[in-house]
This record gives sequence, C-alpha cells and structure tokens, in this order.
Amino acid sequence: MADKISILIVDDEESVRDSLYNWFIEDGYHVDCAENAKKALSIVESKNFDIILADIKMPGMDGLEMHRRIKSINKDSIVIVMTAFASVDTAVQALKDGAYDYITKPFDPDDLSHLIRNAAKQISLTTENEALKEKVISLENIEDIIGQSEAMINVLKEVQSVAQTNSSVIITGESGTGKELIARAIHSNSSRKFFPMVTVHCGALSEDLLESELFGHEKGAFTGAMFNRKGRFEMADGGTIFLDEIGTISPKMQIELLRVLESKSFVRVGGNKEIKSDFRVICATNRDLKQMVEEGNFREDLFYRLNVVNIRIPPIRERTEDIPLLVDYFIKKYCTSMSRDVIPIDPAALNRLKEHEFPGNVREIENMIERAIVVGNGKAIRLKDFPMGKNIIDSSVESLDELEKKHIIQILNKYTWNISRSAKALKVDRVTLYNKIKRYGLKPIKE
Amino acid sequence: MKKQSILLISFGHFENDFLAKIADHIASEFLLPVQFEENPLEVNEFYDPTRRQYDGNKILKKLNSLSLQGDTKTLGLFEVDLFIPVLTYIFGQAIFKGNTGIASLYRLKNEQYGMKPDEKLLFDRFEKVIIHELGHTFGLVHCYSPVCVMRSSTYVEDIDQKNKKLCMKCRTEIERLEL
Repeated sequence: MADKISILIVDDEESVRDSLYNWFIEDGYHVDCAENAKKALSIVESKNFDIILADIKMPGMDGLEMHRRIKSINKDSIVIVMTAFASVDTAVQALKDGAYDYITKPFDPDDLSHLIRNAAKQISLTTENEALKEKVISLENIEDIIGQSEAMINVLKEVQSVAQTNSSVIITGESGTGKELIARAIHSNSSRKFFPMVTVHCGALSEDLLESELFGHEKGAFTGAMFNRKGRFEMADGGTIFLDEIGTISPKMQIELLRVLESKSFVRVGGNKEIKSDFRVICATNRDLKQMVEEGNFREDLFYRLNVVNIRIPPIRERTEDIPLLVDYFIKKYCTSMSRDVIPIDPAALNRLKEHEFPGNVREIENMIERAIVVGNGKAIRLKDFPMGKNIIDSSVESLDELEKKHIIQILNKYTWNISRSAKALKVDRVTLYNKIKRYGLKPIKE
Repeated sequence: MKKQSILLISFGHFENDFLAKIADHIASEFLLPVQFEENPLEVNEFYDPTRRQYDGNKILKKLNSLSLQGDTKTLGLFEVDLFIPVLTYIFGQAIFKGNTGIASLYRLKNEQYGMKPDEKLLFDRFEKVIIHELGHTFGLVHCYSPVCVMRSSTYVEDIDQKNKKLCMKCRTEIERLEL
C-alpha cells in the first residue's frame, strides 16, 4: 500500500521535517517537504499528494489557511493538521474545514503509524471503489452483445483476437449498431481490463472543451478552471481511451492527438509539466474516414496511426436473423427492469419487425420494445403496440384480392357480421358485400 | 554487496563481551565484517532538559558527519532515552540508504515496564533493533511479514514477536539493492 502513497510534510521546523521524512521513508512512502505554506502550495500545484501533514503555527500563512487553499487545488488530498499548541478551537476549525484529523506534537509513534495507515487505507479504498465502478460499467455490458448471425460472429471473433494486442482500433458502423459496446468488449477482454476505460464523445464537445477534456487543465488556465483537473488521457493510464465520433474533431485537435499517440505524453492546458500515460486507443465513427482523408478533411498520418485494426459492425438489415434474439433480449431486459412478468411477442408482430429496415439499428429495436412494453396490455407484445403497427398493411399479403378478403373479414368481425353496418363501414351497398362474401367463401367463425 | 563493513560505535557502558556477541550475530546476518569501538562523542550536548531525553536527530546528524568515508555502515549504540522532535521516543533511527544509524536499549529493558530484568531478552531486542536500523541504511523499507526483522515496531512487544532475521523477500531486496 505504502508504495503508491505520497506524503507532503509542511513545517517550519527543520527537525520536525527531518524526523517525519525519515519516519515515512522507512515505511516506504514517497515523501516531500516544504518549510512554509507558500512553498507547499507551489509544490501541490505541480504534483498531487495523497496525504499532507501540515503544521498550524507557521510564519506567514498559517496551516489552516494553507489547508483551505490546498483543498481548492486538490480536493481529494487528505490533510492532517499538527501543532505543538493544542487548542480545542483550532482543532474544531481544522475539522470543520475538512481536515482528516488533528494531532498534537510530539506524537506517540503508534498514534502516527495508525493515523497514516488509516488515511492510506481510505485512499486505497477510494481508489479501489472508483476502479471497481469502472470495471462494473465495463463488464455489465459485455453480455449485451447479441447476435448469432455470421456477420456478428465474425465481429466477435475479431474482438477476441484484437483484445489480446495493444493495437489501435477503429470501429466503424452506422449509428445505433453498438460501437461503444464493441469497444467495451475489447477492453474487457484485454489485459487492461482492471484499469479504466474512459469514453470521450468527441462530437459533443467544442474544440477548446475537447482539448481540456482530453489533456486536463491547471487551475486558472481559463475562466472557470477553479481546480487542477486530470484529462481523460491521464485518467486512462493503464487502461483504454475510447474516442467516439473521431471523424468530428478539428484539424488542430487532429495534430494534437497525433502527437499524443506518438509520444504517449502531453501537457495539461495552462501547464508546463509533461505527463506520461500508458493507454490504448479505440476510436469509433459512422463516417468514411478514408474518404475524409481523400477529401483532405482528416489527416492521413493520424488515420494510419488509428487504423491499425478496423472492425466494421454490420447494420441490422445485414443481419435480420439476429432480430428475434435482440427482441427477446430487450423484452427480458425491460420487463425485468419494470418489475413485470416477461411477456411473449405475437408472431405477427415479430414478423413485422423482421421486415422493418431499422435505420436506427439496435438502438431503434431497443426503443421500440421498451415503448411496446410500456403502452401494451401487459400480456403480450402486439403489432399495434409498435408505432408503425396501426398504419401498416400486412405485407405478407401480396395480391389485391387477398388484401380485400382480409379487410372484409376484419370489418365483418368488428360489426359481428351485421351486414348493413359492415357495408356502411366499407362504403359499399349490401348486395356488393353479399357478393364479396360469396366470392371469397367467407363464413362467420362460431365460438 | 558493495558495502564492505559495518562499524558499531558504543556510546554507553556496554561490556566487550556483549558487543562482541552482537557483532558476531550482525556479521552472520549481513555476511559482512563487523567491528566495534568506543564513542568519540560526548552525548550530553544532545540532552534536551525539557524532554529529559536525548535528541536522536541531532545525534544522527553529528554521527553522520563523523562517519568514515567509503563503504562502512556506522551504527551508534546508546543506553540513553532517545527521541525525535515529533515523536515521544524512538528505539532507533537511521538514514535511509545512508551510512549511519543509531539504536538505544533504554526502552528495551523490562524494568521500564515494571517487569523483572531479563538480560537475554534485552540482548535479543537490541540485536533486532540494530539489524532493523542497518536494514534501513541498506535501503530496506518496513516489511509486512509479521516475523521479519524489518517489520515496524512501536512497542517492545512488537519487537518480541518478530525474528532476528530478514525474511526471504527483504533478503532478496537487499541483494538487489546492493549488487
């Protein structure tokens, strides 16, 4: 645990700094010292510390004020205040300001060890908690890849094989085909799976915002930059960064991105310190990047840097055999999440779905099923539960006669074979309706 | 190992037999020649009347300034109560990856805790503290193994629970650091 914990000791007395420095170094912590608050703040601005041990009584800025300023730079640091002049007021003030604990010099060696061990444990738990959350997010969707079509099986084979490497991947496919899901599958099956997968939706951010989002920024780098903030590349250290809608980034960002991919290092916006990060890049786009390169809208060198492996996700119309599986999966998913019994889908409704083109791909199927469950009768999903259900004509009927026959049956059944009312509804006279009934050999179904 | 020898300097009234026995054990643990000699320093100048203890930091710095050049690890042995400014007491202290350390048997004595004197136990405890501090001079940090001599100890009971020897992990580490 101690291997990764960094401690900053702030005290105007050299002997105190030396003593604590020696004590913590022997425990294997990374230790830095500062003799006053001003120096401590300048160190904290350039480097993150897990634990800061600060004396309260110091010439110039005191420990309490320094604590408030440190929290404005790095709110995650654990600050322990110490003083030789114990008083209830200062202790209460320190704790009110968010100090982790308060100790009075000289400490009992055991108290100091316990205090630091507990603080280190809290840091470790917080870090572990964040990593586990990321992991859960990464893993919970891996089973969501539904598909037994040859096209999808080939995609999954590619995922398995590319996951074992560190190569950059571009995932192409129409909107709603599940590009992010495939990226998560690659990450979850790679050796980086215990580190975060960080997603950036490039298309949703302006150039300046994207720069700050990717590289992070220093406090005061621009209006509103109130804290030092890690960028997505920094957060993805050890893991994977997923750049969605890569085709939308500006030429300036393309150059920046190329430089980062080549050096695996970058500088925060408003900063001057080079930060290294070990990440894998997966990109996704629904645009034709090759064509964009030819048209001069996307850098060729960046394209080749990213396009080491290309995985194309087929649209639903190229894998219609997966529709029943997807429908079944989403019915179970939404019935369960709405605490309802899992209901079947009428064959006619399923047949209709199989014929639909689904320009919105899997996302459209998902939305359609969710809606059908919400508006349906709770017993089965029917054709009329779909948005297109009420207006569609059963396309399994091909001839005009067949269509007429079905329509007449529908109207007769609706008016319980009352000929006058049915004829009126069909806007024909009664004789014409009788002739049609005779022609098609229609008979009322007796219950 | 690069370091060629260990020098134990007595700052108390230790008997030669006592020192020779400790030197033997240290030599077998670190596989280095160990010598011992009498103190060149007057310890009274490090006495802090307000705490009625001796300032370990100042002693360590002074001893370090007097240390032999080259590859000798020097460890001062004391009978007096040592402290460092932030802590109420210390059993020992060393310069991490340095050439100097100190160890005191004052708080290792059973009498300090209202128990009968036990010379053998005192010898064992002192030896463990010396090996521990020397370990720090070689670059070893505290070990999580409950029986390793490099385990952190804040009470004598903690010292009693561990062995006099480096665990396999620390031994491997010391060889890696020093080769």
